[in-house]
Amino acid sequence: MAYSDKVIDHYENPRNVGAFEKGDESVGTGMVGAPACGDVMKLQIKVGADGRIEDARFKTYGCGSAIASSSLVTEWVKGKTLDEAATIKNTQIAEELSLPPVKIHCSILAEDAIKAAVADYKKKRSVEEKKVA
Amino acid sequence: MRLPIYLDYSATTPVDPRVAEKMIPYLTEFFGNAASRSHAFGWKAEAAVEEARAHVAALIGADPKEIVWTSGATEGNNLALKGAANFYKTKGRHIVTQKTEHKAVLDTVRELERQGFEATYLDVEPNGIVSLEKLKAAIRPDTILVSIMMVNNEIGVIQPVWEIGELCREKGIVFHVDAVQGAGRVEIDMAKLKADLLTITAHKIYGPKGIGALYVRRKPRVRIEAQIHGGGHERGFRSGTLATHQIVGFGEAARLARAEMATENERVRALRDRLWKSIEDMEEVYVNGDLERRIPHNLNVSFNFVEGESLIMAVKDIAVSSGSACTSASLEPSYVLRALGRNDELAHSSIRITLGRFTTEEEVDYAAQLIRRKVEKLRELSPLWEMYKDGIDLNSVQWAAH
Repeated sequence: MAYSDKVIDHYENPRNVGAFEKGDESVGTGMVGAPACGDVMKLQIKVGADGRIEDARFKTYGCGSAIASSSLVTEWVKGKTLDEAATIKNTQIAEELSLPPVKIHCSILAEDAIKAAVADYKKKRSVEEKKVA
Repeated sequence: MRLPIYLDYSATTPVDPRVAEKMIPYLTEFFGNAASRSHAFGWKAEAAVEEARAHVAALIGADPKEIVWTSGATEGNNLALKGAANFYKTKGRHIVTQKTEHKAVLDTVRELERQGFEATYLDVEPNGIVSLEKLKAAIRPDTILVSIMMVNNEIGVIQPVWEIGELCREKGIVFHVDAVQGAGRVEIDMAKLKADLLTITAHKIYGPKGIGALYVRRKPRVRIEAQIHGGGHERGFRSGTLATHQIVGFGEAARLARAEMATENERVRALRDRLWKSIEDMEEVYVNGDLERRIPHNLNVSFNFVEGESLIMAVKDIAVSSGSACTSASLEPSYVLRALGRNDELAHSSIRITLGRFTTEEEVDYAAQLIRRKVEKLRELSPLWEMYKDGIDLNSVQWAAH
């Protein structure tokens, strides 16, 4: 299958690969997918005091399109509020990377990863706030 | 060294220049129809076709009269299975095959099921080889046909077709062997291999695409129903004007394969072993299928925690294929690896490397280093690798299937 130039670029030079320090309270982690399906994405967001995402990291097991989709969203979420990040749609990802129909599931997974990371962060916060209260 | 390096010889092989040279005059100069009996053009073509038939027959130790030209292996398998099933359907309606056959066999048997036949698809053992005992147990009084491949296309293991031949002969069951990956790599002598029907094709032995042959045994005689009707060519087994240049190419390819197989196998085995030795010390690397009972050309390896399609993309300087069919419309991992009992991760993480006549030591060394480097890079990217390194049992994780 021929990949688009953008997929190849993200695949060969993936942005923001890695993981944040374990136990960092300002980090939300989303892990979606399953090895049985051939792709697993782990997306982490680091949220600043102003409520904006200041940094992101990813690791992905999956095809080139899955790696490119997750690399792309680490760039896109930076600077956004949690609510803004959660509005990123898979169709935008698929369009940006010119994904063919058989690879649309990669963009859906990337969208799910953002939502999961945001939800994880919010859950951590609410636990924190309860502790404080 | 030219890039990309071709390491997908089980998909197809280049036409040997000696074969191409032999074919060319039959396109321009000796273009006659082999069925034309009234002039020298036809006689010349017919003589060339019969010479090629003798070479192909010699490659498998058969009588030239037992060779029927086809358009390739898919047609050969269709003709063998549909032809035999339909001829013997009044004797019984049961067919036995195995789950790791090529689609050309599996889909043909499925079609026969739709026509009212019954089929048993045998599991293979974890090493990829079918159990004789299980096969014996699957045979019923109404079994008319058994079809087992000689060499598996994905993992290269050699099935015990010689023993199965004895068994089928004893029970009077027609035995078909898809020997597409075996011809030119495994010694075949139809005097010793008791198969009634055997499929081979030219493009896996450095001949052209679009030409194959079905061996149809004469002693004891096996009967099949023709699937393509017309001018009664090939003694009525397969009508259609013979593609003289293709047949000449197949004949020359078979002649060369027979003459060079022994030395070539040794050379290729040394290269394959060299390749395996230079990657086997990596962590979490598994060979799929029996390493001993396999053709020397094949190495099918799973790199755990790395997804196959992304690995193939990463090693684009070498042309290999993925056990995972992610590249096609289906997102299923290889059904062959699943049949070995490999878990999904390992089935998704495999690549098939197949070597051949023109593979060099330099190419193998380059491939090994490239694979090592890229697997390492992709593992750095892999959350599964990270979890494995952290000592997390991936089977204990609740995954959300999608």
